[in-house]
Amino acid sequence: MSSVSTKEVKLKKAKKSKKAKLYNRGAWIYAMPAFIPLVLLSVVPLSQAVWTAFTDSVAGFDVKVSFIGFENFRRLAGDTLFWQSFKIGIIWAVSVTFLALFLGFGLALLLNQKLRFLGLMRVLSLVPWAMPPVVVAIMWSLLLRPQSGPIVDLFTALHIPGAQTDWLGDFNTALPTVILIGAWVGMPVITVSILAALQGIPTEMVEAAIIDGANAWKRFRYITLPAIRAITSALIALNIIWNFSSFGLVFVLTAGGPGGKTFVPALFAYNEAFKYGNFGYAASMGVVMALAIVGMLSIYLRATKKEDTQR
Amino acid sequence: MSTASKQLPAIPVEKKKRKYYLIPTYIAVVFYVLFLGFPFIWMFSTSLKTPYELLQLHPSLIPDGFYWQNYIDIIEKRGLINSAKNSFIIALLTAALTTVFTVPAAYAIARLRKVFSGVATAWILISQVFPVSLVIIPLFMAVRRIGLLDTIWGLVLVYLVASLPFALWMLKGYVSSIPVDLEEAGAMDGASSFQILVRIVFPLLVPGIVATALFTFLNSWNEFFFALVLIQSPENETLPLTLARFMGSEGQVLLGPLAAGAFLATIPSLVIFGVMQRKLASGLLAGAVKG
Repeated sequence: MSSVSTKEVKLKKAKKSKKAKLYNRGAWIYAMPAFIPLVLLSVVPLSQAVWTAFTDSVAGFDVKVSFIGFENFRRLAGDTLFWQSFKIGIIWAVSVTFLALFLGFGLALLLNQKLRFLGLMRVLSLVPWAMPPVVVAIMWSLLLRPQSGPIVDLFTALHIPGAQTDWLGDFNTALPTVILIGAWVGMPVITVSILAALQGIPTEMVEAAIIDGANAWKRFRYITLPAIRAITSALIALNIIWNFSSFGLVFVLTAGGPGGKTFVPALFAYNEAFKYGNFGYAASMGVVMALAIVGMLSIYLRATKKEDTQR
Repeated sequence: MSTASKQLPAIPVEKKKRKYYLIPTYIAVVFYVLFLGFPFIWMFSTSLKTPYELLQLHPSLIPDGFYWQNYIDIIEKRGLINSAKNSFIIALLTAALTTVFTVPAAYAIARLRKVFSGVATAWILISQVFPVSLVIIPLFMAVRRIGLLDTIWGLVLVYLVASLPFALWMLKGYVSSIPVDLEEAGAMDGASSFQILVRIVFPLLVPGIVATALFTFLNSWNEFFFALVLIQSPENETLPLTLARFMGSEGQVLLGPLAAGAFLATIPSLVIFGVMQRKLASGLLAGAVKG
């Protein structure tokens, strides 16, 4: 009996792989229309971008471009303004990511319960995602207007110290304010992803834990947290990547001001390339940014891996 | 899910406790509703206020009346209609082209030999690490060389480049969720690989394709950076560009029309999101989870 069934299985397997090979061959043809543009439009420009970082390329038409080795990078190493911007970029990326994670996680926990206004909350939770960054910037600058904006008005009414601050224009508050707005934008993706993970937790598991006498904290610690660990790591990594090189929101909100307090590296590179026309130098900044992202990711991945092995 | 839990016997101890712990929960709900919804409502309210009302020291959420002039002003005098048209054409073309290119490729990546799909997936992920401010430099030079600088087509080309990796990633997840058995049955019945793709895979993939196309459309509609670099003349501007320019110059004085324009620019995105809420969320995850 058993020998027959194994035989059958073997036969089936053989058939399967044969068929699989059959249409595997054809798949190359379908891949071509996408891979030719992908190579032409993605692999080629990225390689070119890295190459540009080693040249003295400038904006003008038909300007002779020559290879200058690590000259751009040597110059960049001594560019204190860039490193200042780089530091702001790291502060911005990490703060936005973790603030958005915190807020998004809280919202996901709420959305996972049976509450009133759930439908409204679900829709609202996606609003920031749907909006063009330029509109987000306009919206928040309307809210934060120094003289007759609602937030200043509310804070004044509540007698909060420093209520009259021009939040986006003040040296001390500009970066934190922009970070909060960045987190507002970053929340939806995090909320939706964590919510999906939460909804993947089988209800039986939670009920069994309740019957076994696990309190809310223990259920959270031993059921909820492990369930969202994987997606959270992925979200942190992705958000740091996205935020470190984000541009539109800060450009429209503050354009890097006041006094360079919100001058994220993407803005710096943009100015260098399209204001001053130094393509080669700007590209070297982009390469350094990409390296920084890879560096941050590897530190992060190593840390999470360590945590996993300690478990 | 909800029906399943309803049938379960209630646990009495928990039920009594529930009411107290709901208080902080509803405080949190109010916080989130305000935090997420208020900025948008405020913008809409601003768009209906007269210039005089906007100068008041203590602004109110409810405008004194409906001052539609702001909308007429931004649409007719500031060329917003033309920008909206450009944005729409660009987003539509990008979504259509991206779909045409990604459907076969996503199929190939999901079903091809391991090594090949591994390389492709790795590339998709690597391409995310490069900052746009780096990628834009060679793209700018390339678009200039082929004479498409400051044109709608140049922007479409760049958007296509930018959206290919993520669209592929998203669609790949949808393809993986289609059982291979169906295709094998098709092959068994003597269907060619092209027939399998068109007759079996494609119909099952339609929801995924729609979600991917809408996602791409939205991203292009909202995009700012590439447009800022590649578009120079006002008649070729996209909506975000016009709004940003307006905010930088006259907008500080003309808050009403600025808010009106920003509100109008959000409507298509909100409509798409309203319709696609669940699809987008699950689609976004599909690539990651089933990859």
